[in-house]
Amino acid sequence: MATKVTSAVMRQGLRVLGVAIRTEKAVFTLAVLSSAVYGGMTVASAWALGWATQNVVLPSFAEDRVADGALWTGTLLIIGTALLKAIGVAGRRILAGLLQYRMQARSRRDVTKQYLRLPLSWHHRHPTGQLLSNASADAEAAWAPLAPLPMAVGVIVMLITAAVAMILTDTVLAVVGFLIFPAIAVLNLVYQRKLSPLATRAQQLRAEVSEIAHESFDGALVVKTLGREDLETQRFLRRAHELRDANIAVGRVRGLFDPMLEALPTLGVLAVLAVGALRLSTSSIDAGDLVQVAYLFTLLSFPIRALGWVLAELPRSVVGWQRVQAVLDATGSMEYGSQDLASPTPAALEVRGVSYAYGQAEVLHDVTFDVPAGRTVALVGPTGSGKSTLVQLLVRLVDPTSGQVLLDGLDLREVAYGGIAESVALVPQQTFLFDDTVRGNVTLGGDVPDEDVWAALRLAQADGFVGRLPAGLDTRVGERGASLSGGQRQRVALARAVVRRPRLLILDDATSSVDPQVEAKILYGLRDAAEASTVVVVAYRMATIALADEVVYLDHGRVVDRGRHEELVTRCTGYRNLVTAYEREEAERAAIEAEPVTGPARLEDEEDQEEVSA
Amino acid sequence: MTAQSIQRNAERSALGTIRHGLSLTPEFRKGLAGTLILAVVATIGKIIVPIAVQQTIDTGLKTGRPDLEYITTAVLICAAAVVVTALAGYLMNVRLYKATESSLATLRVRGFRHVHDLSVLTQNSERRGALVSRVTNDIDQISTFMQWGGLMIIVSLGQLFVATVLMFVYSWQLTLLVWACFIPLMIALPRFQRLLSRAYTLVRERTGDMLAAVSESVVGAAVIRAYASERRTGERIDTSVNANRSAQIRAQTIVGFVFPLTEIVAALAIAGIVLLGVRLGLSGDISQGQLVAFLFLVTLFVSPLQTATEVLNEAQNAVAGWRRILGVLDTPPDVADPGERGVELPRGPISVAFEDVHFAYPGGEPVLREITLEIPPRTRVAVVGETGSGKTTFAKLLTRLMDPVGGRVTVDGHDLREVRFSCLRERIVMVPQDGFLFDGTLADNIRYGKPSATDAEIELAMTELGLADWVEGLPAGLDTAVGQRGESLSAGERQLVALARAYLADPDLLLLDEATSAVDPATEVRLARALEGVTRGRTAVSIAHRLSTAEKADEVLVFDAGRLVQRGAHADLVKEPGVYADLHSSWVSAAHS
Ligand SMILES: Nc1ncnc2c1ncn2[C@@H]1O[C@H](COP(=O)(O)OP(=O)(O)OP(=O)(O)O)[C@@H](O)[C@H]1O
Ligand SMILES: Nc1ncnc2c1ncn2[C@@H]1O[C@H](COP(=O)(O)OP(=O)(O)OP(=O)(O)O)[C@@H](O)[C@H]1O
Ligand SMILES: [Mg+2]
Repeated sequence: MATKVTSAVMRQGLRVLGVAIRTEKAVFTLAVLSSAVYGGMTVASAWALGWATQNVVLPSFAEDRVADGALWTGTLLIIGTALLKAIGVAGRRILAGLLQYRMQARSRRDVTKQYLRLPLSWHHRHPTGQLLSNASADAEAAWAPLAPLPMAVGVIVMLITAAVAMILTDTVLAVVGFLIFPAIAVLNLVYQRKLSPLATRAQQLRAEVSEIAHESFDGALVVKTLGREDLETQRFLRRAHELRDANIAVGRVRGLFDPMLEALPTLGVLAVLAVGALRLSTSSIDAGDLVQVAYLFTLLSFPIRALGWVLAELPRSVVGWQRVQAVLDATGSMEYGSQDLASPTPAALEVRGVSYAYGQAEVLHDVTFDVPAGRTVALVGPTGSGKSTLVQLLVRLVDPTSGQVLLDGLDLREVAYGGIAESVALVPQQTFLFDDTVRGNVTLGGDVPDEDVWAALRLAQADGFVGRLPAGLDTRVGERGASLSGGQRQRVALARAVVRRPRLLILDDATSSVDPQVEAKILYGLRDAAEASTVVVVAYRMATIALADEVVYLDHGRVVDRGRHEELVTRCTGYRNLVTAYEREEAERAAIEAEPVTGPARLEDEEDQEEVSA
Repeated sequence: MTAQSIQRNAERSALGTIRHGLSLTPEFRKGLAGTLILAVVATIGKIIVPIAVQQTIDTGLKTGRPDLEYITTAVLICAAAVVVTALAGYLMNVRLYKATESSLATLRVRGFRHVHDLSVLTQNSERRGALVSRVTNDIDQISTFMQWGGLMIIVSLGQLFVATVLMFVYSWQLTLLVWACFIPLMIALPRFQRLLSRAYTLVRERTGDMLAAVSESVVGAAVIRAYASERRTGERIDTSVNANRSAQIRAQTIVGFVFPLTEIVAALAIAGIVLLGVRLGLSGDISQGQLVAFLFLVTLFVSPLQTATEVLNEAQNAVAGWRRILGVLDTPPDVADPGERGVELPRGPISVAFEDVHFAYPGGEPVLREITLEIPPRTRVAVVGETGSGKTTFAKLLTRLMDPVGGRVTVDGHDLREVRFSCLRERIVMVPQDGFLFDGTLADNIRYGKPSATDAEIELAMTELGLADWVEGLPAGLDTAVGQRGESLSAGERQLVALARAYLADPDLLLLDEATSAVDPATEVRLARALEGVTRGRTAVSIAHRLSTAEKADEVLVFDAGRLVQRGAHADLVKEPGVYADLHSSWVSAAHS
């Protein structure tokens, strides 16, 4: 991932800077003007000092008396240039900050807007960690060169003024300057070229170290239950040591070049003294000129490095900008139609020849079924058969690769933004709770009166435990709902769906962590309250299936059969095997228990295995 | 004992924190003296220019005509000195980087390890992101300080010191003048620094808010879409991004105003030197070269003071970073490994007993009360009860993820607290409610249960569990990537992998906490049977809402509102009126309707 400062990177980097300059024209112009004042005044302050030396200091020693007029002029010159320079510095710094942080914030807003706009299928393809760093680290890196940019422009002004000043003072001394300053610039360039791949690598490793820590702490429960702390520490340690070595490599380069960059201007001053003495001996210059040029060298040696800083940030900036741009350029954003779905009656759902693929792997093939208004359909199928995927299509979290999903006869793609959410509510299989209060998690910020929240919680059989929480509705549930039990989390998610009184309610195995009694109460509650909705429910439990008017049996992404439960049980082998698994198991058990069990456990494994595969 | 949160360490003083921090990083202290000496040599390089200027003007130009020979010699000597100090600078930097990076890598790894050693409750008292910061950003902050800020403090003080000494040699009056100019600034600096540090603290807080808001848009992508709350989420993000930007700009503005103050003070000092210097010259107290040298010496005051606010600020950040990482290291693991002193239990069938166990989450109501029970070796136990009745809590106590508040848990007669972790984790394994998978392949994840397992062993395990067909059906078989947290698999598939992982670990007691809640019944029955084969001869505890598990268990434990209300064989329990009979009748009516 190491990017060298190649001319291509350079060109791209300059283009990125161009974007910022065009977007924030006014701020950039003002920043550059301030910086130019700073650059000019830096040279002027050296000149003022030279003037004071020549016209005040040296005469007073030579003539043993102080010329008052010159003395005050000198003082004013010194203080005046310093004041102007200070204003330039302040302006440059503040405006550069404004430029950088504005662009940063703009990128962040644009990127997250994309995150919200792009379809879920796009999210499926991009790891969470990467998306988070696009919005934070990459947006930061993209505009990092803007901080030293105005200063760099000021430095160029400074160098030109200095060159002019030196030529005006003495051409021979100017030659020394023209040798030293390009030397500093070249050294800087070499420095950045050597440094930037190393720094990029260190940056990359830092991100990796952070990723490992994130994942490892996220899976802390697994690490603990299997006692894999040592293994995790080894994994982290390897990367931490790589990072250490990368940082030391950076340190070596810094350690080498920083003192050189400091020494070079000092050697320049010494050269000025030597050459200047020679020029003095031929009376080509006076001592004031000498002091002025030497002073200029001391003042210039530091700012000149700003050019290097911009260059140093360019490769990182280009990478960051490209990553941000990739998000901004991502197409396939969901288009919304203009149709309105609102209606007081339950919705009718129709799925017509729908297929869906994650990347290359098609997991739904030509799925067709319908749910008449007000009916309840159970979606049944073995693990991994595509139920959750199908359910995502029904609420248009993703669009099908081919085929159509219709609600009240209307293709979901024609519905206006927000229209689907108004009519359809999905309780996903994986409960996701925000790090917010119970109320916030149910209402999602909507304006819902507390009675309605309580009514929804009651329907989800969650009113009891929420009532017992320390702050009731205002209790925070922790990151991902950590302070609730699994079943409690599911019921809060359920309340979130029913509080909206959807016309189509979709439950994706939404009661799996709830005990049968509570589940029964929830389902009966839903059936009684939900006379105004159509329900699609993914379930394995007979209690749930029994509530359904019809069952759709899905296997390997295809609708194998559909019909009433009683019909399917007799007609469809796969379905029968699935839903009667417990009963058959019970019957077989009774038969096995009639025979006493003997012999070592290992041998029995094999017998069991045969039974299983039989 | 009560579970704790991670220590704040705010009471320890800044110096105390640094001292304690350094005591944990011996690599840093080794050779520090040599590095400091090099730093002093490198600093002396700063006064070469003023001396050279003074010598040139005073000795070289004394006669009116330049003494070229003298000037050449002086310049050459100075040049040699410059090279020497640059060399010292190089050596110092290399040593410093090596020492700091090695010591901080050690600290980073220790911190990481310690986080894992803390109990789940202590870990949960903090956001994941904050825990990660402690072994990433906080350490980086210390490293920046040690390599830049800390060095700047030494170099700056050295620079001020050598400059002052040289000034004193030239003229004590002008030295006093220069100091008189700079002292008010120095007094004001800590005040500016406080201002700045408040501004930066605000930036950090706002950045945290912003990241939290942004992460919701990614992590909660599905929920946001399902409920069309894009606009509201978008507004929240924009607000936090803009608040962050304003805080950054504010901090930058403070820097922008403070930074150039030094330039103005320096100009005042220079003007003062000229004004006073020429008068001192008249009385013969100072030579013209010395006076000019003073003009150069003043520049040595500028950079230390210009960077002082930022250096002080970094110092403060570093101390805060140190406090945070030490806060982790100083938090004793409340569920600690007895280590060497602990008992090592031989492998074999395992028995467990709870003796009057009580438990409450920190600051919460009691969740488990008066739990007394024993699980003899080789029994298969089912734990049932309503949601929130304390089953998962029971499981966490049994696997010693937490310690009871009262009473004790024993295995084979030994208090769990006395059993070595290495032995405990090998013998008792729990499969938690949500099957967390690491980003990697299926095989990587299963192998996590037994790192030494070969591919053949993994395949065998999958066959034993009856999952071989499923694996074959996947696009890349065992090499299928599961995605972050396993998100490229279906929920049921994730649970299958988590189960296979625990199965491969081959424990003496396997505890399943709703480990197959998302798996279809046919697969679940198949799995249960496969497991039963292997667990016969071992102890097995399963928590499940599907009562099919309870029906075939040797013993059923029924929990209700934190109490163990019933226990016995399924056949007996269904007959007596009570919680179990109720649960069972609703299950049966559900399963056979
Ligand atoms: N980290 C926590 N902090 C505070 N309270 C908690 C925490 N975890 C669980 N609880 C509370 O403790 C009680 C018991 O929770 P537990 O997870 O043991 O229930 P459970 O029987 O496993 O439920 P489920 O069947 O829903 O998984 C619940 O009321 C829950 O809200
Ligand atoms: N993000 C994804 N990327 C790639 N493949 C995926 C992704 N999500 C699911 N799959 C695959 O698609 C198939 C269907 O998954 P889906 O989640 O729809 O199954 P499901 O029927 O809901 O299963 P379960 O009963 O376990 O919840 C599975 O084989 C799964 O591995
Ligand atoms: Mg699913």
